[in-house]
Amino acid sequence: MKLIFRLIICILFFWINHADCQSKMVSIKGGTYIPLYGRDSLQVTIDDFYMDVYPVTNQEYIKFVKENLKWKRSSVKRLFADGNYLMDWKSDTELGTAQSENAPITTISWFAANDYCKCQGKRLPTIDEWEYVAMANKDMADARQLETYNEYILGWYEKPKTFNNKIGSTFKNYWKIYDLHGLVWEWTSDFSSVLVSGESRKDVDNDSNLFCGSAAIGATDLMNYAAFMRYAIRGSLKAKYTMRNLGFRCVKDERINIGK
Amino acid sequence: MKTSLKFLILCSALLVISCGDSDKESEHENTADISVSTEMIAELTAPPNVPRGVGKRKAKKLIVTMEILEKEGTMTDGTTYNYWTFGGSVPGSFIRTRVGDEVEFTLSNHPDNKLPHNIDLHAVTGPGGGATSSFVAPGHEKKFNFKTLNPGLYVYHCATAPVGMHIANGMYGLILVEPEGGLPRVDKEYYIMQGDFYTKGENGDPGLQAFDMQKAVDEDADYVVFNGRVGSLTGDNAITANVGETVRLYVGNGGPNLVSSFHVIGEIFDKVHVEGGSTINENVQTTLIPAGGAAIVEFRVDVPGTFILVDHSIFRAFNKGALGMLKVQGEENKAIYSGVVQEGIYHPEGGGIQEMPNAEVEVSAPLKSKTLAEKIASGKLVYAKTCFACHQANGEGIPNAFPPLAASDYLNADVNRAIEIVVKGKTGAITVNGVTYNSIMTRQAISDDEVADVLTYVYNSWGNNKANVTISQVGQVKNGH
Repeated sequence: MKLIFRLIICILFFWINHADCQSKMVSIKGGTYIPLYGRDSLQVTIDDFYMDVYPVTNQEYIKFVKENLKWKRSSVKRLFADGNYLMDWKSDTELGTAQSENAPITTISWFAANDYCKCQGKRLPTIDEWEYVAMANKDMADARQLETYNEYILGWYEKPKTFNNKIGSTFKNYWKIYDLHGLVWEWTSDFSSVLVSGESRKDVDNDSNLFCGSAAIGATDLMNYAAFMRYAIRGSLKAKYTMRNLGFRCVKDERINIGK
Repeated sequence: MKTSLKFLILCSALLVISCGDSDKESEHENTADISVSTEMIAELTAPPNVPRGVGKRKAKKLIVTMEILEKEGTMTDGTTYNYWTFGGSVPGSFIRTRVGDEVEFTLSNHPDNKLPHNIDLHAVTGPGGGATSSFVAPGHEKKFNFKTLNPGLYVYHCATAPVGMHIANGMYGLILVEPEGGLPRVDKEYYIMQGDFYTKGENGDPGLQAFDMQKAVDEDADYVVFNGRVGSLTGDNAITANVGETVRLYVGNGGPNLVSSFHVIGEIFDKVHVEGGSTINENVQTTLIPAGGAAIVEFRVDVPGTFILVDHSIFRAFNKGALGMLKVQGEENKAIYSGVVQEGIYHPEGGGIQEMPNAEVEVSAPLKSKTLAEKIASGKLVYAKTCFACHQANGEGIPNAFPPLAASDYLNADVNRAIEIVVKGKTGAITVNGVTYNSIMTRQAISDDEVADVLTYVYNSWGNNKANVTISQVGQVKNGH
């Protein structure tokens, strides 16, 4: 009896959970790589995990706000989201006229993004996980050496207001993930571990392992320079900050999934 | 009598005392000790304008608010660029302070921007020149304070990595710190700043041009310009003065790479504040302005005319855009400059041999007659360079702005009129295919040959009447009235 009860709960939990996270995920095969800021000795190993195919959309976030009233614009604590939180929305649960339901949600803080993922039974990706998946272009897992790959990213820096574009409007990468480049910046769980001092020229003699400033500043190759921007933006953020060009997506550990 | 004498003595004593006081005030041994009393909001100006001078005002708390905007702007006709700006202009807003001012600086980063930025002001004494304290994410602002200790003209710029790219995209400007009592009054003041730009396409390639990191690293500039774009100081945008006036130019160089050989053709700088500092050099022809440096130049304009401002590293001026104009109006002074007095023929060998290169011209003339196909091919290239940006790839034009050239009744009705528009420009309302356009097309600076080719190309494309426009037709229209 007890067993059956447990099973029912388990199934129920799974079903609810499943219904909740409608957003599609795909599995990412882990591996070892050298992040863009690193030196040869600084290899990073990534375990297998699942990642959302698309960034979280406005529509999905409206649903979340309706279920989690503390994340309404009118009731959110300033400590957890700054004054620009959902700034373009018409009301607590309505998008602004210029916004599209299928555009990525932006102007959300790290706290909000973190909570959102938690509520879906997921979590925010780490910088290393995010960068690992984002090395891919359409056909290669690591396309960082390709000029076209870097040009695409750099081209995005020059395109205004891409945050209004719909999810899926960029390319599907090697892992079948969309929009890592070309739509919006994305929050990572450990964004604040980037040690950009704000005075980036000083970082030259900042012998930090995580952020080898000298490599990036002295960079003459496009590879570092495209990635550098992402580290610069992460370095400028605080967890309560919200930005029009900053959204997020969630990930899930493989073993949790297997556990179910 | 006695009382009035006493009064006089008292008065003069007071005068002496007050003189002594003001002397003391003007000679602070340490400018850091100058105290400030009141607050004032700084006047900021976009180039080529300069805010009013400080004059005799006391040191104040000066409130400066600057917004960072990433926005598309015109590099040259038909070419745009995504500029990153302080205050919406390249160079950024001019800031004018005096020694001892306490500047409260707020740097805001517009919410639509993609990148974090900061500001390093060379007028700041402190780590990073403010960069450490001003690193700001989009949609946020940062405030910091500094005291201006040293008089001079200083560059400010963004120092967020990659620093070179932020500067190359236009993130620089000037801040002036005047000495106590201000700089001497002059009649006209202007703000000019040179910068080099690196684009994916070559100089003149149409459309939105992206920044090219490799060219920037190689210091291979496509554009070297004053005030952020080609033509920012020419034609209607030229700076002006009247004969007899003294002109002061605040000239900066944002770089990122190139050093400027700043020169005004036909003028001699009476005074140059070398490198923007306190040393004054006199009677200077060309002054060197380092990247990340500035100079104040002053001269009296004595004769009317157009004086050309150039980077005398001269290919930059005539091929990359580093060219501006100062138009001076007023009475001629023949004693200073006569203009042409006499024209004659020069016979270096005593007049015996007089050989004009006529023969060669005659030989080359027939070579120039092209077939229709050749003209269309060459016209297509001219079109891509000159006309494409407005009239579009297939001559479709842009609704409400630029009329179509494809199947255009207006075009097909009159070839000579079409030539005239290309050669002399056109302003005002015209009706094309039943739609009225009220716009301006500037005179196109292309050769007669190119005019003939490009029009022949247009007439032989997109359903037009296949007219073949010749060089002589162009010549006739050009010379006719």
